[in-house]
Amino acid sequence: MKSLIKEGSPKTPSVRFDAGEGIVEIKGRSIPENSTEFFKPLVDWLDKYTANPATVTNVNIHLEYFNTSSSKCILDIFKKLEAIHKAKNQVIVNWYYEEDDEDMLEAGEDYESIIRIPFKLIEIQE
Amino acid sequence: MSFNLQESFAQMNEGDVLLAYKGSITTELITNVLEVIESKLEDINTASAVRKKVYNVLVEALQNLFHHIDDLPEEIKDEFDARFGVLVIAREAGSYRISTGNFIRATRVQQLKEKIDKINTLSREELKDMYKYVLNHQKLSPKGGGGLGLIDIAKKTGNKMEYMFRKYNEEYCFFTLNVFVTINQY
Repeated sequence: MKSLIKEGSPKTPSVRFDAGEGIVEIKGRSIPENSTEFFKPLVDWLDKYTANPATVTNVNIHLEYFNTSSSKCILDIFKKLEAIHKAKNQVIVNWYYEEDDEDMLEAGEDYESIIRIPFKLIEIQE
Repeated sequence: MSFNLQESFAQMNEGDVLLAYKGSITTELITNVLEVIESKLEDINTASAVRKKVYNVLVEALQNLFHHIDDLPEEIKDEFDARFGVLVIAREAGSYRISTGNFIRATRVQQLKEKIDKINTLSREELKDMYKYVLNHQKLSPKGGGGLGLIDIAKKTGNKMEYMFRKYNEEYCFFTLNVFVTINQY
């Protein structure tokens, strides 16, 4: 399965989805006005990945900012990953937040409480 | 209260203004404003936690404006730019204030007023629950709005939102919203 790689932009994050390595990575800022447009290819990719996932999928979410429009799309991503997890595959979510960013920590906790996948909340030093 | 743009704009421009804009609210404008404010906040010696909060709240306030601006009434189309909105970011005693203004149809006033009043009464925990509920249950609109902007602003700032509806004519009102990010809580 072909990897999905996107460079970051001022309003959209960089993306690295690699089926062979079992890596799902989103990094940077996600603040587009219309997030559906940006996230649709990501959700579609995961849809296909669900059929034949790696034994272990490492999910790295490392966002500096995201808007509420993106928050729904991020939930859609997690729901796809939850389905992979339910099908007895290992999925590990690493949610990164900067040490002084309580809002980003809280956002991670919010997703953790909605989605049934093991979450690691990881503080990083600036 | 009746609407006078100069008067409203002058009121919004109180305090130490970082940026003031009136005109079309487009995606390009939002990108530019965010860039300018980010660099200004870095120049002013603002704690990074406060900077992030101002940035986050500004994103939501601007995108709310972008998603909810109603088409302008026919009789003022010549007077104002399409997708007309107003934005002021100012530093006041102890907080950053983000003010936005836009025309809305009079028929939408009641619903919006009730929504803000309701959000303003909620505690932090209640806002957190409401946020999670809407996140998990409400679909995105075709334009990409999620109905979460105001809840998110209230949750992140911990402050009450101020608003005013000024009557423009029988069909339209000018809606202004003030949100505050406290500087000294960190």
